[in-house]
Amino acid sequence: MNAGIPLSYFLILAAVMFFTGIYGFLTRRNLITILMSVELILNSVNINFLALNRYLFPHKLEGFFFSLFIITVAAAEAAVAIALIINIYRRFTTINVEDVNIMKY
Amino acid sequence: MTDFNYTLWIFLIPFLVFILLGLAGHRLKARISGLLGTAALGVVTVLSYITAYFYYFRTAGINDVFRKITVFDSTWLHFTDTLEIKMGILLDPISVMMLIVISTVSLMVHIYSLGYMKGEKGFERYYSFLSLFAFSMMGLVVATNIFQMYIFWELVGISSYLLIGFYYQKPEAVRASKKAFIVTRFADLGFLIGILLLSFNTRTFDFSVLTDPQGTAIAHSSGISFLGLSVTTWSMILVYLGGVGKSAMFPFHIWLPDAMEGPTPVSALIHAATMVVAGVYLVARMFPVYFFAAPAALEIVAWIGAFSSLFAAIIACTQTDIKRVLAYSTISQIGYMMLALGVSGYGGHDGLGFMASMFHLFTHAMFKALLFLCAGAIIHAVHSNFMIDMGGLRKYLPLTHLTFLIACLAISGIPPFSGFFSKDEILAAAFHHNKVLFFIEYAVAGITAFYMFRLYFTVFRGEDRHYHTVPHEAPPTMTIPLIILATAAAFSGFIPFSKLVTSDGKAFQTHIEWGIAIPSVLIATTGIGTAYVMYVRNPSLPGRIISIFKHSYKLALNKFYIDEMYLFITKKIIFRYISEPVAWFDRHIVDGTMNALAIVTQVVSFRIREFQSGQLQKYAFFFISGTILLALTLIYLLH
Repeated sequence: MNAGIPLSYFLILAAVMFFTGIYGFLTRRNLITILMSVELILNSVNINFLALNRYLFPHKLEGFFFSLFIITVAAAEAAVAIALIINIYRRFTTINVEDVNIMKY
Repeated sequence: MTDFNYTLWIFLIPFLVFILLGLAGHRLKARISGLLGTAALGVVTVLSYITAYFYYFRTAGINDVFRKITVFDSTWLHFTDTLEIKMGILLDPISVMMLIVISTVSLMVHIYSLGYMKGEKGFERYYSFLSLFAFSMMGLVVATNIFQMYIFWELVGISSYLLIGFYYQKPEAVRASKKAFIVTRFADLGFLIGILLLSFNTRTFDFSVLTDPQGTAIAHSSGISFLGLSVTTWSMILVYLGGVGKSAMFPFHIWLPDAMEGPTPVSALIHAATMVVAGVYLVARMFPVYFFAAPAALEIVAWIGAFSSLFAAIIACTQTDIKRVLAYSTISQIGYMMLALGVSGYGGHDGLGFMASMFHLFTHAMFKALLFLCAGAIIHAVHSNFMIDMGGLRKYLPLTHLTFLIACLAISGIPPFSGFFSKDEILAAAFHHNKVLFFIEYAVAGITAFYMFRLYFTVFRGEDRHYHTVPHEAPPTMTIPLIILATAAAFSGFIPFSKLVTSDGKAFQTHIEWGIAIPSVLIATTGIGTAYVMYVRNPSLPGRIISIFKHSYKLALNKFYIDEMYLFITKKIIFRYISEPVAWFDRHIVDGTMNALAIVTQVVSFRIREFQSGQLQKYAFFFISGTILLALTLIYLLH
């Protein structure tokens, strides 16, 4: 049914998504964008889980469950993150991450 | 009443009172805490007398031998099966006698202090310290093993320290308390090493094993030797060193005269009657070990005692502070007791010296406590310690005068007062052992009579000094103890000590050796006569004599410069050549290492603190690059 697509394609896709997420996380200054990058990373991991489960252990379901969990946790995490960002905005009137730097020596 | 379980309360009650007054004393009224302490000690005294009655006359004297009774002996610290430290109560003739001495003098001092210390700041503190002292001293004398004795030995040291420094706002008092503590502590180091050596050799701390003449401890004690003396002898010399410190024998006597900075009743209790004789008690307690296993150490005991008694008696003749005269006289009298132990044999009439020493300890406690309490009454009346401020007090303080006179006669050895009997036994014991020691003590007896009556004549006879207020007799709380102690000082010589307190527990017959007693009384009378001529008949005579013997007088007045020698040795030698290099090493090498570590850490952390920039993405960058690096390393290592 999926004979046409080899496993490595999925893995390459996931890796690309992962590093795009990392790149976005490190370079963007807007907290919302950073949050989106984190979502990207999580989803790349999801793809990895699903693909590896499907190709290597077709009769097991752990990978699927894991990705379900990740989706749930990601949703909760997004809610918390948004709440934090709103509070940061109230405190600093900006969501630029470079201006939120009072936690230092 | 013959199981003696109640003796536990003899030392528990003072302890409880100490805790109570120490913790809650400031909430009580001063007078109430004083009365509480006194009442508790009254109970202790009654218990001690009951113990003594049942011990001497009911229980122990079966077959005319006083047994050692161990009331209880429970394990206090358990290390291994062979090494454990116990706490308990041991009753034997000397410990029961000490209970009587301590409780009697303590009670007198407690009552006396109600008057003497009235209105002093820290009244309840004073009574809590007195209770602590009573507790520790009782624990010391009833100790079942040498380690328990050591623990309580240190406790009496600390109570003495606290009480000497009672007027802690007076710099001299603070200095004196420190001096007393450090000097005795130094001697106690010897004691501790002695205990360890002895118990290592004999495998026991227990007195009943150690001091059993037929026991294994004494039999096993000979053996290895060091510098010509057996290890047991060395350990007994070291143990005696502790006694030298506590009993203020030469050369550790320097703390006792300074300890007179404490309140006078404390001097009477601790520095005259009870604590300072702990050294004598220690030697008496270990006597069989000394006699059978370490005769050389016993010889040292005798000579140090004799030398101290002569030395202190000479100094006492020149001192001008009434309490210091008494302090030196204490040293001198304790020297007598040490000498008596040193010349004693064991068992029966041979143990005459042992018996005489304990006898003298008993009578001395009574008359010396009396002398100090009288001195307190005198100081109370004229507000000065110096003999120059006193004179003609006979008509102002009739009762103090009478009791002081009794005490002076007792200490000079005039019959029928108590000192005569005990001193006579000591002289007799010395006569049969060593003639040199005997003649030293003869001389000391004369000097003793001289300086005591010098004190008596200058204080009570002579002309009136200029008093700010007319001196008046002390209140009844102070005079009643004087009367009781005067009775004891006068009549305690008639107690048949040789029937009760002997080296092996067996009674023996003594009789006064008139060949020794009559000359000693004559010598004492000569001393008194000399004092009378010098200080009553011809008051200009002492000045003339002093100008003839200027140098030796100055030497004795300055206590033979022993204090200065100590200062020289400590300041000029120990401090300069040991302490200062050590301090330098500490300051520069030890502290230097630590400081270098701190400085390096500080510099490094200043450099790397830039990493903590507060920039979230920088942190994330470091984290991720670290992870990637780690992942790469793992991949490289696994392939």
